[in-house]
Amino acid sequence: MRLDQLPLRQAAIIAAIDWAALRPAEARRLRELGLDEGVRVEALHVGPFGRDPIACRVGRMTIALRRAHASAISVQQADAA
Amino acid sequence: MNPAPMIALVGNPNAGKSALFNALTGARQKVGNYPGVTVERKSGRLVLSDGRPIELVDLPGTYSLDPASPDEVVTRNVVLGHQAGERLPSALIVVVDATNLDNHLRFTLQLIALGLPIVVALNMVDMAERDGLHIDVDMLSRELGVPVIPTVAVRRRGMEELKAAIDTIVSGAPVPPRADGAVPDIVIFQRRARAIADAATIEEHVGRRWSYWADKVALHPVLGPIILAVLMFVMFQAVFAWSAAPMDLIDAGFQDLQAIVRDLLPEGLLRSLIVDGVISGVGAVVVFLPQILILFFFILLLEASGYMVRAAFLMDRLMARVGLSGRAFIPLLSSFACAIPGIMATRTIDDPKDRLTTILIAPLMTCSARLPVYAVIIGAFIPARSVGPGIGLQGLVLFGLYLTGVLGALVAALVFRRTITRGEGSGFLMEMPKYQMPNWRDVAIGLWQRAWIFLHRAGTLILAATILLWALLSFPQAPAGVNQSEYSVAGRIADGLEVVVRPIGFNHQIALAIIPAMAAREVAVSALATVYSIDSTDDAATERSLVGRLQGRWPLPTALAFLMWFVFAPQCMSTIAVIRRETNGWKWPAFTLAYLFTLAYVAAGATYWLATAAGL
Repeated sequence: MRLDQLPLRQAAIIAAIDWAALRPAEARRLRELGLDEGVRVEALHVGPFGRDPIACRVGRMTIALRRAHASAISVQQADAA
Repeated sequence: MNPAPMIALVGNPNAGKSALFNALTGARQKVGNYPGVTVERKSGRLVLSDGRPIELVDLPGTYSLDPASPDEVVTRNVVLGHQAGERLPSALIVVVDATNLDNHLRFTLQLIALGLPIVVALNMVDMAERDGLHIDVDMLSRELGVPVIPTVAVRRRGMEELKAAIDTIVSGAPVPPRADGAVPDIVIFQRRARAIADAATIEEHVGRRWSYWADKVALHPVLGPIILAVLMFVMFQAVFAWSAAPMDLIDAGFQDLQAIVRDLLPEGLLRSLIVDGVISGVGAVVVFLPQILILFFFILLLEASGYMVRAAFLMDRLMARVGLSGRAFIPLLSSFACAIPGIMATRTIDDPKDRLTTILIAPLMTCSARLPVYAVIIGAFIPARSVGPGIGLQGLVLFGLYLTGVLGALVAALVFRRTITRGEGSGFLMEMPKYQMPNWRDVAIGLWQRAWIFLHRAGTLILAATILLWALLSFPQAPAGVNQSEYSVAGRIADGLEVVVRPIGFNHQIALAIIPAMAAREVAVSALATVYSIDSTDDAATERSLVGRLQGRWPLPTALAFLMWFVFAPQCMSTIAVIRRETNGWKWPAFTLAYLFTLAYVAAGATYWLATAAGL
């Protein structure tokens, strides 16, 4: 599943990030914001127009990103703990 | 001869760096610029417990040492000792957010790898406890190999301990950094940071964080935009409603001063200079200090509370329609206070075309310098009627002027993104900081800095423009029976301009006022005050405020056209200068001047003719 398809408030783990689909500056910024394989991620809120952008919890931080970027991130559902 | 040791404050954005800087140095700060680049240098004095002075420099908040933006280049150069005009720091204070260790420790590890003496300020430990995070400070310190001091900067907790730790590491000469900046990929640091953070943190499950529930409301698809709109509306209504009493007080004070000087000095040129020139002109601008402070108060509050980023989130999709991102919303909202910090805030926009577009439209956001102009004209020509519960007609007109500026900016952005700044739209990637109760002392310091800048301008630029205008208006002296302002040098210059602005409904006095207002918009108000003051022969009329003197002098279409002119006209030298600095050349400031004056002329003309046709 891709991050933009992940239902809201459902915990998941980042499985892979398609860095090549992102422009270098965007990829760098995503890395700086802590996106990496194996990190816990959860979509929390969506923007009021076109459900874009998405606010996600990544690790202990909340970040906002657009659907277009979220679609480069593959996730797998975490076991409900 | 040996200057005080310099210590740099470094850290991620949203780590509470500015609050820590304020807590350590107090209100006495020097704000300047690094030579050749447009990065702000903030420094202050810190006195250690043994009385040793330290120069503390607040570096821009960055996520890493990768030199991608100008802010990051400066941060990197300073910590490596390569920055022109800056000494090598004797030590670094690295500020990290205790609730976000896994991310903030990555930058800390990158800095530790440089080998400079470091103290880590583990900030916002109160928030971490609220979130159920228990951090083993000793273990963290062992793992990092540097002292770690828990702090709560906004509550001034941990400051003495932090100073004591600085005391022990600042000894002897600065140690040159080990690496020359060739840092390994940040992913390596990232993984190590996560491992340390996990080991040092015990997390109790306390359910969702407070910020989550606040965001459920603030980012709600329906409620969120309504809250944002209401907030904006309340802000602009408050600018008018709360300021009435203090403004009357300041106004009365300047009128008393005029009366006193008039009694003290004999009639003549000197009295005219002081009463009609200096007091009338400077007073007409200073009276707007309360409104400007109220506006800045709201903007500082929105920034400090963390709401500003939510506003950007809500607006992103709409901004995307005109080819911008939500990120541009923050500089644009700051431009409502002043376009200069707004344009400087565009540095956080990574994409160069996005950034240029934002710079070009920032002057269309109604800055606080337009407020004096709007307030005088609205006060004189728009009746103070109520048009609904809690909604005054004057406030509504003001809101309309702000809205016109915003709409103009959106249309301009749309056109630019399809022509001169055509290109792929950049994305929207942003950290959303936790909500935070603003610290009143930090807000007060921010307000004080703004008030000082405004009064400084009133005392220098505006005072000089006022005196110059008074001189141009007073000479040569008109013979009896001839109108002084039309006979004067300024009047003859204005005659030339009047030919150009007559078709859009402007009169001679307006032509006179908009020339010196090229320096700064609020000068238009002091210029009008001076013009009408010099022309009035009886003292009773001079003592009335400018609003009283303007009432009935202009037809309503002219007043409306004048308001519309100021929505668009780029009458601010400082903004043009800052655009030149930020875009490295005269091309874009020249373009800004051309397109905004064209817009102003067309919009004012259309307003004048429509209003005249409507019989207003």
